[in-house]
Amino acid sequence: MILARADQVSRRYGEVLALDRVDLTVRAGELVGLLGPNGAGKSTLLNLLVGLRRPTAGRVELLGGDPRDPTSRRQLGVTPQETGLPGTLRVGEVVDFVAAHFPDPVPRDELLDQFGLTDQVRRQTGGLSGGQRRRLAVALAFVGRPRLVVLDEPTTGLDVEARHTLWEAVRSFHADGGTVLLSSHYLEEVEALAQRVVVIGHGRVLADDSVTAIRGIVGVRRVSLVADDLPPLPGVVATEHAEGRTHLLTTDADQLVRDLVTAGVTFRDLEVRPTSLEEAFLTLTAGDRPAPTPA
Amino acid sequence: MPLALVHARYQLLEIVRIPVAIFGSAFFPAATMLFFVVPSAGDDPTAATYATAAMVTFAVMSANIFQYGIGVAEDRDQPWSSYSRTLPAGPGPRFAGRILAGLAITYFSMLPVVVIAAVATAARVTPAQFLLAAGGVAVISVPFTLLGLAIGYSLPSKAAIVVAQLIFFPLAFGGGLLFGPDNAPGFVDAIAPYLPTRGALELMWAAVTDWRLNPLSMIMLGVWIVVLAAVAGWAYRRDEGRRFT
Repeated sequence: MILARADQVSRRYGEVLALDRVDLTVRAGELVGLLGPNGAGKSTLLNLLVGLRRPTAGRVELLGGDPRDPTSRRQLGVTPQETGLPGTLRVGEVVDFVAAHFPDPVPRDELLDQFGLTDQVRRQTGGLSGGQRRRLAVALAFVGRPRLVVLDEPTTGLDVEARHTLWEAVRSFHADGGTVLLSSHYLEEVEALAQRVVVIGHGRVLADDSVTAIRGIVGVRRVSLVADDLPPLPGVVATEHAEGRTHLLTTDADQLVRDLVTAGVTFRDLEVRPTSLEEAFLTLTAGDRPAPTPA
Repeated sequence: MPLALVHARYQLLEIVRIPVAIFGSAFFPAATMLFFVVPSAGDDPTAATYATAAMVTFAVMSANIFQYGIGVAEDRDQPWSSYSRTLPAGPGPRFAGRILAGLAITYFSMLPVVVIAAVATAARVTPAQFLLAAGGVAVISVPFTLLGLAIGYSLPSKAAIVVAQLIFFPLAFGGGLLFGPDNAPGFVDAIAPYLPTRGALELMWAAVTDWRLNPLSMIMLGVWIVVLAAVAGWAYRRDEGRRFT
């Protein structure tokens, strides 16, 4: 049973081609992670699938119908990328408002308890912390007992504890048979949740595979050090110089460090960090383009 | 249509939580009454009644065009509005909810006008006329509400403010809202029946005086309602939230 499908979908904003002939199929019971750097087209694809925007070309299908038809959205729950809650409404009121759109909503107290918001029920959403607002926005996706939830970067800006609370909620929804499509630029998040990963870059699907397979592609480490001169080193995917430091991107950081030592190079301030997906993908998809400078 | 009531309730809640907004919409028609109608037509029962009805129409029009035109355009800038479009409800309940909430605010903003007319002018209505006029306010809100929605859903908020103002004054002037029934300039008499403001004004006059409705104004009011409903519905459907290039 296919719950959401994009078939050769393109979307253009003026001159910019945000999506370029994208295919995506989400089947019942799947937990699919949509990975890619900012501006890759993740949100555009999700917006098309939930009926907020129309494709320029191609076809989108949601729960067997056109996503722009309200009846197709009866079993859909959505968390948009931006948490825009009406600031003057109270938490409980916002939940009730969304619940009124569904025939059999989750009781308010149960939902708020699951997302750790019970104490906030009487507060106006404008007075919540960023993390509380984000949790409420994600909770709203589950109010209507959906078959499919679409979460656009659900945990962006959350601290570790809040992130794990949300992951728990997503996992338990999936364990009860729910289908999830979520976007993220954290590999960690997708690894923690998804079984299948779709990687998007420059408006195209770059990879659509299991988490393990994708991890092999993007498991690039950044070895950063201060050194005057480096000999050619095996296994380095990209080299970058910034602010007096040399950054080496490699798939095997351990071997690279051993090579550095055996080569007798003088270096100091060695750091080894996992790269962000963005860095890994820019490196792997753009060939000789240098990785971006870390912020 | 309980969902329409839900939408209306939350619209009102949001408005009530910022009371200044209500105060503003009640202040404008009241001030107009005090500064224009009371000094010039206050002592003549017929003129004062016509003028009060015109002020009520004027206020209904301004409240609705601005409330919806600008309110909807500003809401569309908010991520919440785009989120609520992913809920399983089409334009029907949202439109209906907005209109119900708008009506409640419109009635509220009428109260000072009615009190001033009763206390400070010679305007008089029978209880039957009063009830008829109260119902009339709901009827004449429809075209202006639809006009506001059409503006709000088709334009970004900064443009909506300008367009609402540009449309507002010619409609008020051309429809004869600023004149009594007998003293409008000739060209206003000529174009007025084709404007929705005139039909609305005549309905209010007919409710509280012995004014006889002009069939042409009524037909054109009906045509306006159909056309504006179509435009508002079209604008809603093509709306994809904010548009950036």
